[in-house]
Amino acid sequence: MENQNDKEVMELALQAGHILLENGAEIFRVEETMERICRHYGVESGNEFVLSNGIFVTAGNEKEKVFAKVQHIPVSGTHLDKVTAVNQLSREIAEGKYTVSEAMEELERIKRMPGKRKVTQILASGVGSAAFCFLFGGNLRDSLVAFAAGLFLYVYVLQVSGPYLSKIVGNVGGGALVTVICSVMYLTGVGEHLNYMIIGSIMPLIPGVAFTNAIRDVADEDYISGAVRMLDALLVFLSIAIGVGLGISVIGRLTGGALL
Amino acid sequence: MIGQLLAAMIGTVAFSVLFGVPRKYYPYCGAIGAAGWGIYCAVANVAGQAEACLIATMVVIFLSRLTAVWKRCPVTVFLISGIFPLVPGAGVYWTTYYIVTNQLSLAMQTGYQAVKNAVAIVLGIVFIFELPQGLFLKLLGKRRA
Repeated sequence: MENQNDKEVMELALQAGHILLENGAEIFRVEETMERICRHYGVESGNEFVLSNGIFVTAGNEKEKVFAKVQHIPVSGTHLDKVTAVNQLSREIAEGKYTVSEAMEELERIKRMPGKRKVTQILASGVGSAAFCFLFGGNLRDSLVAFAAGLFLYVYVLQVSGPYLSKIVGNVGGGALVTVICSVMYLTGVGEHLNYMIIGSIMPLIPGVAFTNAIRDVADEDYISGAVRMLDALLVFLSIAIGVGLGISVIGRLTGGALL
Repeated sequence: MIGQLLAAMIGTVAFSVLFGVPRKYYPYCGAIGAAGWGIYCAVANVAGQAEACLIATMVVIFLSRLTAVWKRCPVTVFLISGIFPLVPGAGVYWTTYYIVTNQLSLAMQTGYQAVKNAVAIVLGIVFIFELPQGLFLKLLGKRRA
């Protein structure tokens, strides 16, 4: 009688873990949530192993039926609203508010939760760039340029780099794009401090999520995932730097050193 | 100074929009980001950048954990956007700039500083995550969930 139910519970735990991992939760939280779901619905033998891009679950002992599944989870964007929603769900499961099938329906709903609209994201990128340009020493005119560059950058991220380019090429391109836009604005006299404009505008590319999660995974002794995420973050940092460097040197040559 | 704090707040909120933080948490993210930047500026005046990064990170993480317990949601929500002003994006830029313009000793210096800041952030995160969850529950007068 229990057997069918056990399988559903394991599927539920796996789905919850999938959503968490995909949307930027740290490994420890994924494991803890899956564990909590298994135990609450009475699957004693549930076992989970989570890496930065995959989840392995098994169950089965003398009393419980064997269940095994591996799921590959490519890293996508960060949607912390989904992480929050799954976290809330797992709390409520622990309080006994959901049956297995109800919880599964709720997970499906969370999975389909719409992300922020593209326009909102582009605007946020612009505003963030402007704010950080000001923060690091730019004046209001520089911030205005950073705002424009941030807008263009995110249009590029959403329309070109995200769907078509690899991480390395995408970020090199992003860094170069920002540098070119800022340099043109600088040369036409719209902005005054080229450096601060560029620093502000590259902020939306900076891999803050990967960097922070990497540190937290290492601190939790999840070394494999921590190392992979740190590599990811370093690679992105490096790509941005290469893009910016490329932009500066090409424009420097073209303008005969007017920038440097 | 007010302008700086305001900019930190706006920047942090903008990034929490990018990372899909639920709308009701924006004010907390903004406040945590501004607090972190404020502390960073204050400490950087009297000590080095790395020390400032360490202390500011510790404050950001502490506030994030406190708010997470208070609002019963994952700490990641506040942490990631709150720490953004401290992540050495500017350091990476200056290092690149000096390398491209052939000022190698300056490049070494800023690169080294960026790494130092990053290590300070790492230590700050690790230290504060070591504090037991019970402490935060106690501070807020909550019973263990």
